[in-house]
Amino acid sequence: MRRILFAAAMLAAAPLFAQEPLKIGVIAPFSGPFADYGRQFEGGIKAFMKVNGSTVAGRKVEILYRDTTGPNPEIAKRHAQELVTRDKVDFLAGFGLTPEALAVADVATEAKKPMVVMNAASSIVTTKSPYIARFSMTLQQVSAPMGGWAARNGIKRVYTLVSDYAPGIDSETGFKNAFTAAGGQVVDSIRVPLRSPDFAPYLQRVKDAKPDAVFVFLPAGEQGIAFMKGFQERGLAQAGIKVIATGDITDDHVIDAMGDVSLGMITTFHYSAAHDSPENAAFLKAFAEVAADKGRPNFMAVGGYDGMAGIYEVTRKLGGKIDGDKVMEAFKGMKLASPRGAIMIDPATRDIVQTVYVRKVEKRGNSYYNVEFDKIADVKDPGKP
Amino acid sequence: MIANFIGVLFDGVAYGSLLFLISIGLSVTLGLMNFVNLAHGAFAMLGGYVCVMLMSRWGVPFLATLPIAFIVTAAVGAVLERTLYRRLYRASHLDQVLFSIGLTFMAIAGATWVWGASQQPVRLPEMLRGQVEVLGLHVGAYRLFLVAVVVVITLALVVMMERTRFGAQVRSAVDDADVANGVGINVSLVFSLMFALGSGLAGLGGALGIDVLGLDPTFPLKYMVYFLLVVAVGGAGTIRGPLVAALLLGIFDVAGKYYVPQIGAFIIYTLMVVLLIAFPAGLYGRRT
Repeated sequence: MRRILFAAAMLAAAPLFAQEPLKIGVIAPFSGPFADYGRQFEGGIKAFMKVNGSTVAGRKVEILYRDTTGPNPEIAKRHAQELVTRDKVDFLAGFGLTPEALAVADVATEAKKPMVVMNAASSIVTTKSPYIARFSMTLQQVSAPMGGWAARNGIKRVYTLVSDYAPGIDSETGFKNAFTAAGGQVVDSIRVPLRSPDFAPYLQRVKDAKPDAVFVFLPAGEQGIAFMKGFQERGLAQAGIKVIATGDITDDHVIDAMGDVSLGMITTFHYSAAHDSPENAAFLKAFAEVAADKGRPNFMAVGGYDGMAGIYEVTRKLGGKIDGDKVMEAFKGMKLASPRGAIMIDPATRDIVQTVYVRKVEKRGNSYYNVEFDKIADVKDPGKP
Repeated sequence: MIANFIGVLFDGVAYGSLLFLISIGLSVTLGLMNFVNLAHGAFAMLGGYVCVMLMSRWGVPFLATLPIAFIVTAAVGAVLERTLYRRLYRASHLDQVLFSIGLTFMAIAGATWVWGASQQPVRLPEMLRGQVEVLGLHVGAYRLFLVAVVVVITLALVVMMERTRFGAQVRSAVDDADVANGVGINVSLVFSLMFALGSGLAGLGGALGIDVLGLDPTFPLKYMVYFLLVVAVGGAGTIRGPLVAALLLGIFDVAGKYYVPQIGAFIIYTLMVVLLIAFPAGLYGRRT
């Protein structure tokens, strides 16, 4: 009798034991020139799991990292297909660069797999599949507020200089529209090749046009450093030209390498390691514990952290049963308290709605930080109709 | 208007000088030794890392790192020549290309492993920063320094090749290795020294170039096209050819980006096509 009871108990408990792990496939560059993107995601993901545990709704969380080595759409797509068909992941996540996200959009649609974007910031990304939700930013979202802020603060004539690829053109459009609508004048615009080694001729051109400021978007990392060096060498600051930019250029991860040149630079962005809130303090502490080798966390680490927060929240809501369509329904209108402040997923576009801060670079001890001094609340992506 | 033009011209000369310094070693191996060394950029990168390491780890002043970067890269070049390159002198060009491309990828992976994928910062001494006024014209202090260094080195090279015994040995070893051997010139030693010299100059160029070109593990691939352009347009095996080509390319690159920024990045490729149609063997190439 006891035997039968025991067997029955075992059977009843079986579904619990058979609970599969919750698999999340993270596709991002972990090597090559954009390797820092993947490392920051990894740090953010680990930090989240350190704070919130590695089990959600009874399912153990398993992360599968896949390296795209850079903006390689074919590799990203192949990884996504393998993750879906062979590894049977519940979520696709990551995506450091727009081409990676665009390449995987079709796979997500076909397999009905929710795709959580942690960085890729071109406006169009979320329109490419109904299974995409974005937890990072869009470039227009952070560049348009700069247009308004500059016009309100005595900057009348601006030269724009952006990288010649989708995110660059997005930030140029966002800034221009907002700045001219507020009464400012864009003197001229330059789009520089993505692999521009030397900014000297472009900067000379800007200097000769004598604008009040130059608006810059360059991808986070080496280009920003090269630009600021050139800016200093050409003596643009002495000529009375300010630099205004999206926060990519004074990215928390590279700002210390830039040194004094960055002091006083004004940028608009959604995250700064200097953001003052209990959520951010907890995030910084956890990141330092699990990813000490990855340096200071930046907005990509926060994208990884918030993407995981979204996945946990949705999994809890659905009681651990992941179904693509139900996940996307649950994402719509989701509100989270992020290290960057309050965020929401727009029910109409599945894109993020968040506060954009105006910041200035200041020195604190031996390090440099983007210190927030103004903000524009609840900014939606202006790139969506 | 005129001041702008002179400024652009100066920036172009400075940029071209740097390209010349790095490419001259490639011109030597490619033209004199008839060896296709696509790993040349890796030597430049090595010089850059030597400079950065000396400065950040041991606090060596920037100017003092330059000769060390030259010596270390030359030594590494000499060792590699003795152990690896030497075996491929008589191999086909395809084998040489495959070998040196492989070496390039190993250098990239090695640099990523040791120093990480990110850009290396360099802090120039105060006197080389900012702008200085020369004859009423504002020019970058560092670019002025670059031009000066390259002028000195070019003169030294010309004197060495045309006035010294070693230069004569090199020229005869190149013209006919067998005869040179026969009259008692140690051809293999001459080649080793030339290879070391070329590598050392690349290393020096890499160190000097960090501030202008940047330094990260993809450096050898990123700039390989430029180095090959300089040698292809100038004609391999001479000093004058790459010099003129590098200056032309530097000036047109900078001027293109300044005056027509929309298409500026393509100017030098157009220029290359035009020049190669007009001078198929390069500006000063030896027609064979």
